[in-house]
Amino acid sequence: MAEWKTAKPENKALGWLEERLPILSLVNNVVGPDTPTPRNLNYMWNFGSLAGLMLVVQLLSGIVLAMHYAATTDVAFDSVERIMRDVNYGWLMRYMHANGASFFFIAVYIHIFRGLYFGSYKAPREVLWMLGVVIFLLMMATAFMGYVLPWGQMSFWGATVITSLFSAIPVVGESIVQLLWGGFSVDNPTLNRFFSLHYLLPFVITGVVILHLWAKKVSDSGNPLGIEVKSSADQIPFHPFYTIKDAFGAGVFFLIFAAFIFYMPNALGHPDNYIPAEPLVTPDSIVPEWYFLPFYAILRSIDFPLGIPGVFELIDAKLLGVIAMFASILVWLALPWLDTSKVRSGNFRPVFKWFFAFLVIDMFFLTWLGGQKAEGNIPLYGKFATLYYFAYFLVILPVLSRKETPLPLPESISNPVLKPAE
Amino acid sequence: MSTLETTNHEEDGVTRRDMIHVSAGVMAGVGAIGALWPFIDQMNPAADTLALASVEVDISQIDVGSAIVIKWRGKPVFIRHRTAAEVSEAQAVPVSDLIDQQTDEERVLAGKDEWLVVMGVCTHLGCVPLGTKSGDERGDYGGWFCPCHGSHYDTSGRIRKGPAPKNLEVPEYAFLSDTTLKIG
Ligand code: HEM
Ligand code: FES
Repeated sequence: MAEWKTAKPENKALGWLEERLPILSLVNNVVGPDTPTPRNLNYMWNFGSLAGLMLVVQLLSGIVLAMHYAATTDVAFDSVERIMRDVNYGWLMRYMHANGASFFFIAVYIHIFRGLYFGSYKAPREVLWMLGVVIFLLMMATAFMGYVLPWGQMSFWGATVITSLFSAIPVVGESIVQLLWGGFSVDNPTLNRFFSLHYLLPFVITGVVILHLWAKKVSDSGNPLGIEVKSSADQIPFHPFYTIKDAFGAGVFFLIFAAFIFYMPNALGHPDNYIPAEPLVTPDSIVPEWYFLPFYAILRSIDFPLGIPGVFELIDAKLLGVIAMFASILVWLALPWLDTSKVRSGNFRPVFKWFFAFLVIDMFFLTWLGGQKAEGNIPLYGKFATLYYFAYFLVILPVLSRKETPLPLPESISNPVLKPAE
Repeated sequence: MSTLETTNHEEDGVTRRDMIHVSAGVMAGVGAIGALWPFIDQMNPAADTLALASVEVDISQIDVGSAIVIKWRGKPVFIRHRTAAEVSEAQAVPVSDLIDQQTDEERVLAGKDEWLVVMGVCTHLGCVPLGTKSGDERGDYGGWFCPCHGSHYDTSGRIRKGPAPKNLEVPEYAFLSDTTLKIG
């Protein structure tokens, strides 16, 4: 574990506070001058702090939206339109929040795939990684419930489809769905509770983020070479070096974010959500927000039961689809024990590299598939893409860890002389 | 004091005090679960939601071969006036060909088999299947087609193809007269 340094502020008042609540030391030891950090972090290491910034953007814009929003089916849609047209800067707050969710997911997806490539989930960072998976699950729940709030057609039907997933559970499924709805369909009670939880969960996320950073402090940042820090020559202080680097990255990221907010605020949304919810008419096709598409594609591509169709079904098609969808994320929790290769960084794993590149392509392909209608060859492609996704985690990684010969690792971060792999 | 010593000294290491700890712990646990229940049950349908009355529908305007959709308990219900061909087609299917095995007779009221009344809720994930309005796509089996993930239902509302596991649900209903239907 990185050692803990106590801050000794010169300012008397700060010193007084510090003795009673060492909050300066806390900051100093996690992102401050006394946080020794590997000197070779590349821009892939920028996305953790970007995700944190996006959480702040969502909290701020969300809290002000909640001052004008009304969570009742009769008026929810109109209250959002009023935010757009009449509330001062309401359009800005809403576009910031709606696009902010997308950019939050962009940052987090890059952050996660950084981890997958550089082996950030390996010892001693297993808990750090697993807390990240928990944050991702909470984010998905939050964004899903947020999207229901404007009470447009996609809000309503997205909510109907996703809550109905739980009806796949044997015996108690229907009761669980009624419990979630508070009625016999998605309706006013559902909207109300989703607002309550949509307000709550981001603060739960904030709590888990703090645990995530705590675990990061204990196990230290990894680095692109994936080797241990050997001496202080391998490290530089987080502040000012990485605060500056992260700030520059944030500038670029927010420039793109602003381009969306101001020039194409609806590019990532679905036009049907500007039609008020209508329980008797399903839209032509129900498309979730883009960040859910890969998992939605996995759900849809399972249209066969486990067992012999019609003769003996251990798990019916619907339940199997739901299990596959949840499993596609939960499998990340087991990753530290599926990939047992001692070499962390993909840079030194010549075979792994290719399978990883194919996983990235597979994710983009699944995202595309999830947005298509389930017609023609789409379900078939979905099956192949789903197969590769699971094979990567459950077969390829465990086998590769045993069979692959890694490249020689460098001596240390500061000394680029290569030595043969042990 | 000798009694206390004898009770505290037991061969197998289990003392009276352990017993008290365990039973106190169990009681506290039961109490905690009991206290939790109201916090969960509040989410279930409230009394006024449950009290939603039944609806009566005038079906005299539904021509043979067409269908209407009405709203009951916040959900769509399809009422279809089937043609003789559709009825015989539904009756002719061997039950063994079906995913959710039910005869057409089990799904309509005796003597009223031209009327099919089903919930307009796809048993996959709850979309409203197409096929009620004229001009809608009705799928490969002439009944309904769910556009969400491609489930096909036949003229008896039974699932024939696609991811949905069950036939369209038949709600409780009765004919009050030849032209009025009561659902619920
Ligand atoms: C993890 C952080 C958050 C995420 C990912 C998120 C996501 C979303 C999304 C996707 C929408 C739908 C936007 C639209 O299409 O209109 C939404 C709406 C909304 N959110 Fe959030 N949100 C977050 C935090 C918050 C917080 C902390 C609040 C504070 C109460 C909040 C309040 C609202 C309100 C009032 C709406 C409805 C207004 C609207 O639709 O624009 N959100 N949220
Ligand atoms: S909801 Fe109808 S096929 Fe999925």
